[in-house]
Amino acid sequence: MPQTLVEKILGAHTDAAEVSPGKIIMVRCDVVMANDVSGPVAFRAMERMGARRVFDRQKVVMVADHFTPAKDAASAALLRSLENWCVAQGVTFYGQGRGGIEHTLLCEEGWVVPGAVIAGGDSHTCTYGALGAFGTGLGSTDLAFCLAFGEFWEAVPGTIQVTFEGSRRPFVTGKDLILAVIAHIGVAGGVNHVLEFVGSGAESLTVDERLAVANMAVEAGAETGLFPADGITAAYLRGRTARPWRAERSDPDAEFVRRIRIPLDRVPPLVAAPHSPGNVVPVEEARGTRVDQVYIGNCANGTLTDLRQAAEVFRGRHVHPRVRAIVVPATRAIYREAVREGLIDVFLGAGAIVAPPTCGACFGGHMGVLAAGERAVTTTNRNFRGRMGSRESEVYLANAWVAAAAAVAGEIVHPGEVLSSGVAG
Amino acid sequence: MIVEGTALVIEGDHVDTDVLYPGRYLNVVDPEEMKRHLFEGLDPGLRARLREDTILVVGENFGAGSSREHVPLAMKAWGIRCLVGKSFARIFYRNCINLGLLAIPCREAAGVARDGSRLHIDMGTGRLVVDGRRFTMQRLPGFLLEIVQAGGLEAWARRRLAD
Repeated sequence: MPQTLVEKILGAHTDAAEVSPGKIIMVRCDVVMANDVSGPVAFRAMERMGARRVFDRQKVVMVADHFTPAKDAASAALLRSLENWCVAQGVTFYGQGRGGIEHTLLCEEGWVVPGAVIAGGDSHTCTYGALGAFGTGLGSTDLAFCLAFGEFWEAVPGTIQVTFEGSRRPFVTGKDLILAVIAHIGVAGGVNHVLEFVGSGAESLTVDERLAVANMAVEAGAETGLFPADGITAAYLRGRTARPWRAERSDPDAEFVRRIRIPLDRVPPLVAAPHSPGNVVPVEEARGTRVDQVYIGNCANGTLTDLRQAAEVFRGRHVHPRVRAIVVPATRAIYREAVREGLIDVFLGAGAIVAPPTCGACFGGHMGVLAAGERAVTTTNRNFRGRMGSRESEVYLANAWVAAAAAVAGEIVHPGEVLSSGVAG
Repeated sequence: MIVEGTALVIEGDHVDTDVLYPGRYLNVVDPEEMKRHLFEGLDPGLRARLREDTILVVGENFGAGSSREHVPLAMKAWGIRCLVGKSFARIFYRNCINLGLLAIPCREAAGVARDGSRLHIDMGTGRLVVDGRRFTMQRLPGFLLEIVQAGGLEAWARRRLAD
């Protein structure tokens, strides 16, 4: 029987005889991941389940990233308990200063390969779909069960196939593509399904761009956002991982819940206006919106590609006097490469703050939260009411070019306008 | 399995877990402390309206966004009996079931229930009664009912380890 990619992946990770949409099956994990927020809650649940050791310490990885560097004493205690637990269990732990933001990091470090099943205590675990893995976000009790038994229950999802057709317009990135998809199917359009990205416009995306697309699959309600592995995936994985994998894709005659087409020549740079990732408009329609803060970073768009785009705008220009700009390289490796390429110097020269890798203000934790009445343009993935601070603040989601251009102009503009305006000596 | 209670309606669709439990409180691990921050980004006044038999009635895609289990943990700590909604976001739904907190999708029932409505839910027959009006809900898959009846995935797991 013809199968979708997700059915093939789940089928290879279950003893269930039937893997068809809606069936509840137990799925084995190749990797179980959590952070300083989801981990400690899960460890308590695991203890109450009566499990003293993790199912396989080689398959468990923990990342300190949400409240790092420790925001306050309570966060420090949480980070301490995470580290102690990792040492006691003998699992891999990326501590403060040693890793970065979990999803970018796990890809970078070779934990994620096509066809793998990765259970993560964070909703943006769907990012791993960029490499053709079934990465999916789970809560802490699910996570506790995964840590104890190496598996989770799963209602087999259907697949919405998204075809990106043709080539992109200037200043259009992975961020704009996924915003276009969310605008098309709605913020609940993908619930109980996965998104699968195909077509010439998908195949031409770099891994950094695919990460941006897959990252926001959950903003459409989907379990993950899969890019079938190809040569670009293989090139990215070379030298990063010793894990075996093979490229698979949906059978041509597989049954999809829905098929949608996004002609890329019709997608301009987009922004998601407050307070929903589905509230998507072309950047031109938000033109002139005054900005107090710009935040370039997070698990969606803190890659080297994003930093290079931002630096292109900031080079020889200044952050508007009314605006504060915060740049957050997603991982230590990205940070170092950005130093080598001179990008960090460009940011500092422009008057931006360069923060250490952290989830930071993206979730309203610390390192750049917003006051009442403030408005931010960010490359993050959520603009829910109060997400980054005060309930009376506003967040516009955008790509790194648009965000950097807003920082320079003090308001939302098309990045082409800023780049064509020349540099100030 | 029968659940009865009084409705408290949370208006709106796509109510996300950030407004239900803002991110700045994610460094809390004790459910008793989580209780104090439930609904904080939405309407902190809702906490004072919780009764010992409250059933939350919610809209479409309730619990969208973050996987933070702090939301249903706080709801459970408040003693909320169950949720009836037009539809639920996937991770939130899983978290509820795993905690033994029933989240029942029933668009029609969620549409007619008002604050103070009396709800009677019979998981065995799949019948849901709101102020005397009868509705049929989708049956919970057997395995999930087993988890809820065990009192949640923790208890279900303890049983599995004991076997």
